[in-house]
Amino acid sequence: MFSYILKRLLWTIPSLFGITILVFSMVHLAPGDPAIAILGDKANKQSVMELRAQLGLNKPLYVQYYIYMKNIAHGDFGRSANSNEKVMSEFKDRFPATAELAIVAMIFAIILGMGAGILSAIKRYSIFDYAGMVTALAGVSMPVFWLGLVLIYFFSVKLGWLPVSGRLGYEFDIEHITGFYLIDSLLTDNIPAFWDALKHLILPAIALGTIPMAIIARMTRSSMIEVMKEEYIKTARAKGCSRFQVIFIHGLRNAMMPIITIIGLMLGSLFAGAVLTETTFSWPGIGKWLVQAVYQRDFPVIQSTTLIIAVIFIIVNFVVDLLYAFINPKIRLS
Amino acid sequence: MRKLLITALLFATTLMYAAPKYGGVLVFGRSGDSVSLDPGHVTDGESFYASTQVYNTLVQFKNGTTIMEPGLATSWDISKDGLTYTFHLRHGVYFHPTKFYKKRDEFTADDVLFSLKRQYDKSAPFNKIGGAYRYWSAMNMSNIVKDVIKVNKFTVKVILKHPEAPFLSNMAMDFASILSKKYAMSLLKEGKADRLARYPVGTGPFVFKKWIKDDRIIFTANENYWGGKPYIKKLILKVITNSSVRAAELKVGSIQVMDFPNPAEIAQIAANPNVKLIKQEGLNVGYLALNEEKVPAFKDVRVRRAINYAIDKKAIVKAIYAGFGKVAYSPIPPTMWSYNKNTKQYNYDPAKAKKLLKEAGYSHLTFNIWAMPVARPYMPNARKVAEAIQAYLAKVGVKVKIITYDWGTYLSKTANLEADSCLLGWTGDNGDPDNFLDILLSAHAAQKPAQNRAAWKDKKFSALVAKAKVTTNMATRTKLYKEAQVVFGNQAPWVTIANSLVIEAVRKNVMNFKLDPMGKRRFNKVWFAK
Repeated sequence: MFSYILKRLLWTIPSLFGITILVFSMVHLAPGDPAIAILGDKANKQSVMELRAQLGLNKPLYVQYYIYMKNIAHGDFGRSANSNEKVMSEFKDRFPATAELAIVAMIFAIILGMGAGILSAIKRYSIFDYAGMVTALAGVSMPVFWLGLVLIYFFSVKLGWLPVSGRLGYEFDIEHITGFYLIDSLLTDNIPAFWDALKHLILPAIALGTIPMAIIARMTRSSMIEVMKEEYIKTARAKGCSRFQVIFIHGLRNAMMPIITIIGLMLGSLFAGAVLTETTFSWPGIGKWLVQAVYQRDFPVIQSTTLIIAVIFIIVNFVVDLLYAFINPKIRLS
Repeated sequence: MRKLLITALLFATTLMYAAPKYGGVLVFGRSGDSVSLDPGHVTDGESFYASTQVYNTLVQFKNGTTIMEPGLATSWDISKDGLTYTFHLRHGVYFHPTKFYKKRDEFTADDVLFSLKRQYDKSAPFNKIGGAYRYWSAMNMSNIVKDVIKVNKFTVKVILKHPEAPFLSNMAMDFASILSKKYAMSLLKEGKADRLARYPVGTGPFVFKKWIKDDRIIFTANENYWGGKPYIKKLILKVITNSSVRAAELKVGSIQVMDFPNPAEIAQIAANPNVKLIKQEGLNVGYLALNEEKVPAFKDVRVRRAINYAIDKKAIVKAIYAGFGKVAYSPIPPTMWSYNKNTKQYNYDPAKAKKLLKEAGYSHLTFNIWAMPVARPYMPNARKVAEAIQAYLAKVGVKVKIITYDWGTYLSKTANLEADSCLLGWTGDNGDPDNFLDILLSAHAAQKPAQNRAAWKDKKFSALVAKAKVTTNMATRTKLYKEAQVVFGNQAPWVTIANSLVIEAVRKNVMNFKLDPMGKRRFNKVWFAK
């Protein structure tokens, strides 16, 4: 087990190295001068020259790459070309917002998606099945920004139940501990702020969680239908297991493999969805920030943030792999 | 009787509204976050929205105008040769004590020297911290300012390299904001110099409290503001990226002022009885630059004129600016001093256009027109403007292909004079005609990266503008700029398209909110009617 983990971890090094080369060449080969992109309509000869010098863009590409890698090896992710702040500190400012939203959206997607999938599978061809699957189909096909606007229009403007956008009301102030508002507000005993933060989370979490929910629902349904046909389910029924035991212990546990895989892979699409959701709901996370960085050719931000996201992605998929062994002891990690 | 009653009622309302009230929290919904709160290092409007609340400049624009008034300098003298500007500083002004810097330092000449010298003097403290001083370079200040000298605690002299009339207007711009030297030096001593861009300490109407990136910046009123205590108690600048969502926030009342409403949604926003629109003619111009260096045909003035005649600008402004713009005839907006309304106007005349093209021998001209990928106040939808121009030019036998790139690429390629013709625009920085005519159209601005995207190098025009730059007499300058506009009109290097209106949607109870021609948003005189 230990040697497996070590081997897996060692394998991530060449992938990360590959990612740095890929991202570095992509941003540098794309047309557009970062100095002009940052200075906008106000760029003139002198200001462009000075900014290019500051950003080190006058050096040959391989030297730029060498400096970048050397700094990363020292734990220095560089400074944003635009704000001149350390990329890591800018990232830390925004990451908790994205993580909190993604986690809540994922919980929403897993609970509702798996629930609907199981229900559809065991009540196949019933009204639940059709309703569930039509909703799931609509869910996958819906553009996130459009869904976001519809949710805002209906729940915030028409009904007035939930806040329109943002992460917290203006009357609240949460002390920064972890950056997760739900956790920080509880840690500081700030219950009204907790409720307000939760209210702000509902609509963006639905918008972001809808596509994963739909995919999970469809995957759960097909996987469950497959498993429920197996002989061991018949055996379980025959030996007098309760309906609950048959479905959840014998059925779901064996159906979990593909579901877990899809949840792990969905993290990537969750980041993509976060860009649109964060823009619609003015959610102060990394998605919106990264898009801005791409528009502005903010090389250090793009390079380092992509690298950090890649690391997170690798870690999550690593955890998913470990989960396989936990769920299905038949798989030996060797 | 009824008339009398209405009059009385109106009078009563006016009276009620006339007395400003203190208190309230104002939330300003804007489309993007500030990049930095140190105005020396940035050029974007969103950054200045925030820094302008905290900082003051030596001279400033009277709210809502381009008229200069005293700021941290109560008066100034200009030497006869136009080379020495002496500023007499305001006494008894203090920098804000805050949670993160508790001292209450007095504002003196040292702060002026610190704030200006750091931007050009390599040996000055903070010259190497925080990156390039972008606006200082953008305004070419290193070629203007020779030295800044402290005469005594409350007098500062600025020596120029050559006479430069727009210098005073530049001192009213945000990049010339006065920061606290003592605060900056204490940060430097603690090894936290970076914090200057994130935790500002100024002398302005609002005190900085907190910045949550991409979310909000919170300020409280400066009770001791030298320009009078602000009426509102708290000011929050809130980032709401999507304009429809901003409109929804305004509708439910969680924000009170909404920046940049989408022209397509204006009618709907205005239909709300709790909302009013504030309009101001923008200090901007949108244009199509005809690049002489790329397309030889554009060297012929008849071709440039023909293209001007072939395009129905009135129809474009009506359809695409949705009425929130006016046809532009001069490169400078009508609100700017020295605007010449006698600049040659090219009204829609396709027959004349055809005739001119034939005379010039370009009956079958083909070229590319570049359309900006982003909306700007001066050009709300460049793609549509390009399509309209394409259709109009087709009618006179000119074939046009539309090209677009992402914004950064667009700017760098057009600055490199790679576009045959491009749509672009300009928003004034300092309320001076020099800031349009010299920067965008003079011969020296055609050097790559060029602001003069027409690569138009007219000797007469450039000489007039250069002369106006070194003349301090307003009347003479006005005359020179008016003449330059006549040359521009005759030579037609651009198709000037429109000056846009800047519109802000605010809740009805927000009183005395004025838009600023230079694009600032100021809130110290704003109050709430209950």
